[in-house]
Amino acid sequence: MEKELKYVDMVEQPIAMHPKKFGLWLFLVTIVMIFAGLTSAYIVRQSEGNWLEYDLPSIFWFSSAIVIISSIFLQYAYSSAKKDNLMGLRIGITLAVLFGLGFLVSQWYSWVALVDENVFFVGNPSGSFLYVFTGLHAVHLISGVIFLIIVLISTYRYKVHSKSLDTLEMATTFWHFLAALWLYLFMFLLLNH
Amino acid sequence: MSTASVANHDAAHDHHDHEHHDNFVTKYIFSQDHKMIAKQYLVTGMFWALIGGFLSILFRLQLGFPDMDMSFLRPILGGWIDETGKLDPTFYLALVTMHGTIMVFFVLTAGLSGTFSNFLIPLQIGARDMASGFMNMLSYWLFFLSGVIMFISLFLKTGPAAGGWVVYPPLSALEQAIPGSGLGMTLWLVAMTLFIASSLMGGINYITTVINLRTKGMSFSKLPLTIWAFFLTAVIGLLSFPVLFAAALLLVFDRSFGTSFYLSDIYIGGEALPNTGGSPVLYQHLFWFLGHPEVYIVLLPALGITSEVISTNSRKPIFGYKAMIISLLGITVLSFVVWAHHMFVSGMNPFLGSIFMFLTLIIAIPSAVKVFNYLTTLWRGNLIFTPAMLFSIGLVSFFISGGLTGIFLGNSAIDIQLHDTYFVVAHFHLVMGAASFFGMVAGVYHWFPKMFGRMMDAKLGYIHFWLSFVGVYLVFFPMHYIGIAGFPRRYYSWTSFEFANMYTDLNMFVSVAAIITFAAQFIFLFNFFYSMYKGRKATLNPWRSNTLEWSTPLVPGHGNWPGEIPTVYRWPYDYSKPGAEEDFIMQTVPLSATPESNLPHEQEMVKLELEIMKEEEDVMASNATSH
Repeated sequence: MEKELKYVDMVEQPIAMHPKKFGLWLFLVTIVMIFAGLTSAYIVRQSEGNWLEYDLPSIFWFSSAIVIISSIFLQYAYSSAKKDNLMGLRIGITLAVLFGLGFLVSQWYSWVALVDENVFFVGNPSGSFLYVFTGLHAVHLISGVIFLIIVLISTYRYKVHSKSLDTLEMATTFWHFLAALWLYLFMFLLLNH
Repeated sequence: MSTASVANHDAAHDHHDHEHHDNFVTKYIFSQDHKMIAKQYLVTGMFWALIGGFLSILFRLQLGFPDMDMSFLRPILGGWIDETGKLDPTFYLALVTMHGTIMVFFVLTAGLSGTFSNFLIPLQIGARDMASGFMNMLSYWLFFLSGVIMFISLFLKTGPAAGGWVVYPPLSALEQAIPGSGLGMTLWLVAMTLFIASSLMGGINYITTVINLRTKGMSFSKLPLTIWAFFLTAVIGLLSFPVLFAAALLLVFDRSFGTSFYLSDIYIGGEALPNTGGSPVLYQHLFWFLGHPEVYIVLLPALGITSEVISTNSRKPIFGYKAMIISLLGITVLSFVVWAHHMFVSGMNPFLGSIFMFLTLIIAIPSAVKVFNYLTTLWRGNLIFTPAMLFSIGLVSFFISGGLTGIFLGNSAIDIQLHDTYFVVAHFHLVMGAASFFGMVAGVYHWFPKMFGRMMDAKLGYIHFWLSFVGVYLVFFPMHYIGIAGFPRRYYSWTSFEFANMYTDLNMFVSVAAIITFAAQFIFLFNFFYSMYKGRKATLNPWRSNTLEWSTPLVPGHGNWPGEIPTVYRWPYDYSKPGAEEDFIMQTVPLSATPESNLPHEQEMVKLELEIMKEEEDVMASNATSH
């Protein structure tokens, strides 16, 4: 009898994946395409010459470290939630948010460093591209921070626990994605500079 | 036991959906029901088609009758008609720009995909609704808002965007260039950004729904070709629209923040602009990376609808179901690697040009496979000429005649002569404009009974078809000759060129044909709205079709099927199966119920099917007792 009931589960729910999680992945695809478009534009434009050379702000190494640490904290929050460790969950998300904000501040200082180098948003596209990459990434990261804060609030309503992980899981996916996206952009800039 | 309770809970939840009552606002305005959203898209699309068509009539008047006194248009166009009754040349540019933008994006993308993907995906795959009804609603309202902004831009003092629907910089980037590059262009960019967001939300929903919410038994090899087409259209949109967003974003920075992504070494009135280092060709690359797939975003849904309509009304299985899917996949992949054939004369490397030429010509193969399969489906079928069928056959005709000229244009050498002439205009209006429009109209005639529970008038449909079909050819066929003769697109007038004189009559002829074709669309509009209220009541399955949507009640409520969602046992094209009692077997009929028509390998599957059905019954029974 138990076996037959398992069967019901199989035919009643042909759903391969949680639709909203799947939708999130598709949303990530669109972000990938935006940045794929922009970074290819960078390469195409660079190959045409008249390209301003300047040093990448070294603070980017620092922001990369922060964004990775932030991701680790969120992963910790996620595994805490799996074990119903509510305190760990809240601390993890809070630290992830704080480090996320730290990342944004660090990115701001990268702009300051660029201005000190006389590389402005308006000017040779070589510099403008850098501002667009970091700026557009920061906009997405802010949306990620908002998402995390919403999840944090819902932990205080006891809505995130080992039986209800979907929202947290989506927030984690998005956050890791944003970290990976930044690392890609940084690597891209290191290689094509 | 826990699994059983979960299953019961789901059933209870489904049941709850039907008892849910809507008030006027949640039912007709902020509806989350995919069917209502589809109708909203359809009506909005029709509104934009009227505006877009009307704009084309205005510039056709100018082209066909350059000496005409247009004072009578002053009540609508106001200052755009000067004292001598002539159309303002800059407004002419705005007219062609807005005609293109409206038709490509608002009518044939949102109006076509938005209507039929929304309406048919849940109904044909057996789902209660889209994966996210809320996002679906948001998608429509972003489109609506985008439309409002575009509409407002039509009435600006400096006119709407006028740099062509492709809005190439520097023309579109510099306010000083033309009046349309001022506020009109800004609103264009805002509207398009909203439109991109709307398309992406819609697309994410379509893909998620098709992959995750199919009913029991609805494997990908049993999906109707409509769904395959909508699915791949959404995939194309998902991959290409973000790139248009990237292109538009950089254009916004160039226009409003002073960056130089696309601008370099420009002199206006003898004064050099500060911008250096930009590349206008970069914009073209980014734009056409969307722009070319966009052609297939427009066309694929129409091809999907045609497959369904032709098969149903030929009373024959679609010829080469798998070949159709493979061609769709092939077109999807190829659509991303041919964009530079729009840029053969932009000064690109000729070697690169020949690569893009090669890739472009490969698209002829899947396209030809599709045409061949349509024709072989029609071949010796028991053809029923419903209006939808006629429009579908019309689509195949346009697809052939417009596709052939694509082979010429795809050759980088011949393109030097034909680029930006009326030959190009004729080509894409036939192959993607008229063909997609006919697919859309075919879809409306075919699924009107499911949308409104009534039939559209067939006689008016025939009149509409013949006027449109003949009209489209009369408009666009002569344009090939005009184009070969060397007439460039987007020119306000040719009266100062000697060679143009002998073509005055032909241009006049085209304009008259365009006016008649446009007028014929009002027959359709009348038919549509009249039939909505006064049409003959439809039967449950008026076209004797196989797909799931015809197993719903006449006017399905939110949730589509009152009871359980039907299970699918066979592919959607069992028409005129030898031995069968009727000439169609719906997808919901199990193989075990039709032993007289089963093929040997299907007879094998019957055993398996019976086993599964028996097990299910046992489970149902045990669930009922445990409950």
